[in-house]
Amino acid sequence: MVAAKRALPWLAASLRPISSTAAGSLPKQVKIVEVGPRDGLQNEKNIVPTQVKICLINMLSETGLPVIEATSFVSPKWVPQMADHTEVLQGIQKFPGVSYPVLTPNLKGFQAAVAAGAKEVSIFGAASELFTKKNINCSIEESLQRFSEVMHAAGEASIPVRGYVSCVLGCPYEGKIAPAKVAEVSKKMYSMGCYEISLGDTIGVGTPGSMKEMLSAVMKEVPVRALAVHCHDTYGQALANTLVALQMGVSVVDSSVAGLGGCPYAQGASGNVATEDLVYMLHGLGIHTGVDPQKLMEAGVFICKALNRRTSSKVVQASSRL
Amino acid sequence: MGTVPSALKHCLSYQHLLKEQLWIGEPAAPPPALHPGQEFQISGLPDYVKIVEVGPRDGLQNEKVTVPTDIKIELINRLSKAGLSVIEATSFVSSKWVPQMADHTEVMRRIERHPGVQYPVLTPNLQGFHSAIAAGATEVSVFGAASESFNKMNINCSIEESIEKFEEVTKLARNMNIPVRGYVSCALGCPYEGNVIPAKVVEVSKQLYSMGCYEISLGDTIGVGTPGSMKRMLEAVMKEIPVSALAVHCHDTYGQALANILTAIQMGVGVVDSAVAGLGGCPYAKGATGNVATEDVLYMLNGLGINTGVNLYKVMETGNFICTALNKKTNSKVAQASFNV
Repeated sequence: MVAAKRALPWLAASLRPISSTAAGSLPKQVKIVEVGPRDGLQNEKNIVPTQVKICLINMLSETGLPVIEATSFVSPKWVPQMADHTEVLQGIQKFPGVSYPVLTPNLKGFQAAVAAGAKEVSIFGAASELFTKKNINCSIEESLQRFSEVMHAAGEASIPVRGYVSCVLGCPYEGKIAPAKVAEVSKKMYSMGCYEISLGDTIGVGTPGSMKEMLSAVMKEVPVRALAVHCHDTYGQALANTLVALQMGVSVVDSSVAGLGGCPYAQGASGNVATEDLVYMLHGLGIHTGVDPQKLMEAGVFICKALNRRTSSKVVQASSRL
Repeated sequence: MGTVPSALKHCLSYQHLLKEQLWIGEPAAPPPALHPGQEFQISGLPDYVKIVEVGPRDGLQNEKVTVPTDIKIELINRLSKAGLSVIEATSFVSSKWVPQMADHTEVMRRIERHPGVQYPVLTPNLQGFHSAIAAGATEVSVFGAASESFNKMNINCSIEESIEKFEEVTKLARNMNIPVRGYVSCALGCPYEGNVIPAKVVEVSKQLYSMGCYEISLGDTIGVGTPGSMKRMLEAVMKEIPVSALAVHCHDTYGQALANILTAIQMGVGVVDSAVAGLGGCPYAKGATGNVATEDVLYMLNGLGINTGVNLYKVMETGNFICTALNKKTNSKVAQASFNV
């Protein structure tokens, strides 16, 4: 159940001429899943007022992004930044053809999300036992059981569920992660009914080598059209890793406007890859995204001002007149 | 990510993972054996990539702060100990144009010359060449460009006129058995002309190669290239010049450098230019970055199981040294993630 595509009046303007030689075996089209408002803001120190979050999401909707992760229905005790989840989801403009998935770690969160109008939800697994234990105080197996409750309820309500697998290329607690483990968890989540599995390099330690190895294992169990990559740029490897994923047939990529969201495991280091930089690469490759780079940059500039921080996007750094 | 615990920069497992990733090992010549976790290698990639370290010249030249000679020498000596086999030391250009390189002779004379390490210097003309040789240089570089406007603005002459000057240098160099490396700037775009057609890059590269340059370094001077334009440009150049004689010099101004470098090595290129700590901003986009950081390139190559002979940790320490001396933050993401701020 892929998010519905839509015709955009500015589509022609954002398209670069597609070269017949450049694309090779790369996908012609890539769906970008914008995680800035949730994953990004969740990892920013400053609490962002609700109106700013709503404005950000509305600006992102204007850019042509097909999927914008809006918020997280998790207890505000754990994640104060997302305490206003209901208000955000109800306050944003819902553009036709754009999906606004929300994180739902358990049945309670799912129910609250649906009550607030959510039409798509996400659940977060991990390929590391220790990470799961430290994060949500249970084993991988137990976490999947919790998710099956959500899956069941989502199935009844015809609500699509996206699955995330964290630590696919390394774990801050366990170190190396076996590709077979990633494949196992991905397979389970896909079999449970997730329409898409987003494979996350949570601490950004992956390189094109480990990305290829991991994807080769996962693609034996989950069809590539159901896979996405969620690369962190903590070691500067995100775009190179994303390129390799594209070369292997992946056509869904997660990113965060302005590269919002630092890395909680390496103080001062960056986290999510910046959507602006990703779009720059994809358009340069002649790959269609439907995103207007100019409007995207404006959204990034807006949120950085609101957060009083510098953008992590190199494209924006190079383009601003200082 | 779901709910996340507080920062764990002292987590032992994380440190262990970093150690595995950072390949802490001997800097000496024999490339380290593949780490047990790294047996998987992407097929079609070179076994070995030579890194050409341009920090002391290209990097420092584009830094605002004038660096004392002693610091430059210390920087180069530390880089020599990190296992790098080529370190661009300085530039024999008029100090009127490039004050940062005014101490070229002293730098060249006083650096430690490690066996097996090359210390090429930039020589834009015959006069610079003579000074370089007198100062003990044993390898030189010449800089062409694939854009007429860039040439005019940079050295106030046409591409053809610049080629004539280089021919004088390379002819003399060949007679003296001094290898010459050729650079082609603006290979993927020009700050004045915009798009640069691959055919132009081929033309200039061919001229430099025919006159005797042993290697041609193709530079994305303003960092606008992407894997798409890199591929198109390399395909054109590789029709005329053997890939073994090609290098890529990618700028990270738009964050594309590593993806572009990956594309190049997937096509068989085995030489990559980079600068420790990503020294050197972009003179065409104020506040933006320039050279790609050697640490970040090494991290990627190590992860691909490609040998370089370079000790990443020592490069990181060197980067820390020069950034402290320059009172600036490193541009290397690997360094940012690894050093506790």
